[in-house]
Amino acid sequence: MDLAIVVAIDFLYAIATLMLISLGLAIIFGMMRIINLAHGEFMVMGSYSAAVAVHHDVNIWLAILVVPPLAVGIVGMIIERLIIRHLYGRMVETMLATWGLSLFIVGVLTMIFGNITEGLPTPLPGIRIGAYQTSGYSLFLIIFSLAVVFGVFVILRATRLGLLARGTMQNPEMAAALGTDTSRIYAATFAFGAALAGLAGGVLAPATGVFPTIGGSYIGRAFITVIGGGAAPIVGTASASTLFGIINQIATFATNPVYGEVALLFAAIILIRVMPQGITGRYLRGSL
Amino acid sequence: MIAGRRPNLSLIAVAVVGLALLIALPIALDLYTLLQITLYTIFAILALSLAFIWGYGGILCFGHSAFFGLGAYAYGVATINMGESTGPLVLAILLPAALAAGLGYFMFYARITDVYVGVITLTVTLIFYNVVNSTAGADYHIGQALLGGYNGIPNIPSLNIPFNPDDTLEPEGMFVLCMGLLLVTYFGLHGLLATRFGRVLVAIRENEQRVEFLGYDARLHKLVAFSIGGGIAGLAGCLFASWGNYVSPGIFSVVQSAQIIIWLMVGGAGTLLGPLISAVALSWLTVELGKQQLVNAGAVLGAILLVFVLLVPRGIAPMVTERLVPWLWARRRSALVPGDLAQESKA
Repeated sequence: MDLAIVVAIDFLYAIATLMLISLGLAIIFGMMRIINLAHGEFMVMGSYSAAVAVHHDVNIWLAILVVPPLAVGIVGMIIERLIIRHLYGRMVETMLATWGLSLFIVGVLTMIFGNITEGLPTPLPGIRIGAYQTSGYSLFLIIFSLAVVFGVFVILRATRLGLLARGTMQNPEMAAALGTDTSRIYAATFAFGAALAGLAGGVLAPATGVFPTIGGSYIGRAFITVIGGGAAPIVGTASASTLFGIINQIATFATNPVYGEVALLFAAIILIRVMPQGITGRYLRGSL
Repeated sequence: MIAGRRPNLSLIAVAVVGLALLIALPIALDLYTLLQITLYTIFAILALSLAFIWGYGGILCFGHSAFFGLGAYAYGVATINMGESTGPLVLAILLPAALAAGLGYFMFYARITDVYVGVITLTVTLIFYNVVNSTAGADYHIGQALLGGYNGIPNIPSLNIPFNPDDTLEPEGMFVLCMGLLLVTYFGLHGLLATRFGRVLVAIRENEQRVEFLGYDARLHKLVAFSIGGGIAGLAGCLFASWGNYVSPGIFSVVQSAQIIIWLMVGGAGTLLGPLISAVALSWLTVELGKQQLVNAGAVLGAILLVFVLLVPRGIAPMVTERLVPWLWARRRSALVPGDLAQESKA
């Protein structure tokens, strides 16, 4: 029984982290048809902003939950103005530009912080489940990820800003004709996606540590989860994360974490081949 | 037919310059510089392979380092086992070409296009990177060759004169081989693009649906082009492994793939000479940047890609041939015309 709980936590953890790292990318892709290949580096910037805040004696919870989304959200807004704005509707160019941006950010972070791993303290103690020990922070991450996904869903679904955003994405001309400032909505949506990436980087930092190139290990997984999920940012991310998370964990249990990741990547390739439009492009059209 | 006299002239110019460099550089340069330039020519071959499949075939291969790396590893493993480099050289071309063919069949026959091709090729590269990275330890070996995980494979023998393992290539010979293969690749691809196959390929890039309506099998053309590109990238990988006598999983990294794309974007997708020159120039720049500590080379390359996508989306080569050259011609003409008139009025 205890073992079952521990195993279940492992599965949920895999799914939840996948969801958390993909959500910001999914919002930007689903709403704006832009793939931000600098997403991993947005997360790393979130992690570093948390680390810097902790070094300046900011409360750890404040440092991982509030500072990163604010910092990266502002960076995202600036990047939208300078770069993304000029490339709307040109998906390949956007990917290449953000790929260049990602190399640039990695380089700049290496110049600032050096190529060393920065650790953050884990704010929660371990928890005993029967004979097993599990990390309290993992449990927090699972619950937190679900809360974030739900929160984003509510923002998009129930607030006026969410309504304006969805309207602008569906039909920009009509939204503009009805008096919406679409260029500000685009900027806000991109900044929102960036802030979510920063938040993910912030809360994952205590679990993974921070170094300049760690974004590379996120972007692959986030990228295929979003493409696998398809156009609907929330339902798509949730379903693709669940599928890939389960496959990843099964393979990890059967072999080792490396082959768990490989199994995930193989599953993604096959999913994209079978359904290029993703899970939600095939089954749950028009959902959020 | 469409290609008039001017492109032929430029081809002859490239041939003359190429042959001149091939003969002159080993005599004129010291050994260290020659080794560096050999590396740049290997990267130029790699750039040409992507220029062919991306620039002419319209296949957005985001994970081109998979073929490059597979070629390098195939050569390394095979040559350590066989102690002779002729078979491994062939294998290093055929294996990546076969991977490209399999992958191409998997993608193109399912009508996967555009960005999704990019996603799949990038994911394949990530798989290679993860798997090869995890092969540390004595358990992972192919024949006598230890894969070495993140440490890579050291002591890979250099290429030798075919079927004569004792006669390995000296740095001068290696340069002549790489430069020669670069010229062969360049002119080979030029020739290929002038054939019926090449023209259909470019037509597919422009409008795949129309080409299919005209009765051509776009899938097969893309598959063949992709395999050729994969094979050439494998050849570059083989030369790379032989050049450094070493290969590590870093060759499969996403950064490596990005680098090839940067060469292509800066030089100009849709040309061969542009990516060739920009691969040499940017590799040189990367090496120079690596010598100092102030600015990170990755940051500079990233910024270059960013600036080019935003400001020079078609790359340098089209800008030179379509803007700069006509502009210079116009200037010369306008400078000549008054003089001619003056002469005529005298007469």
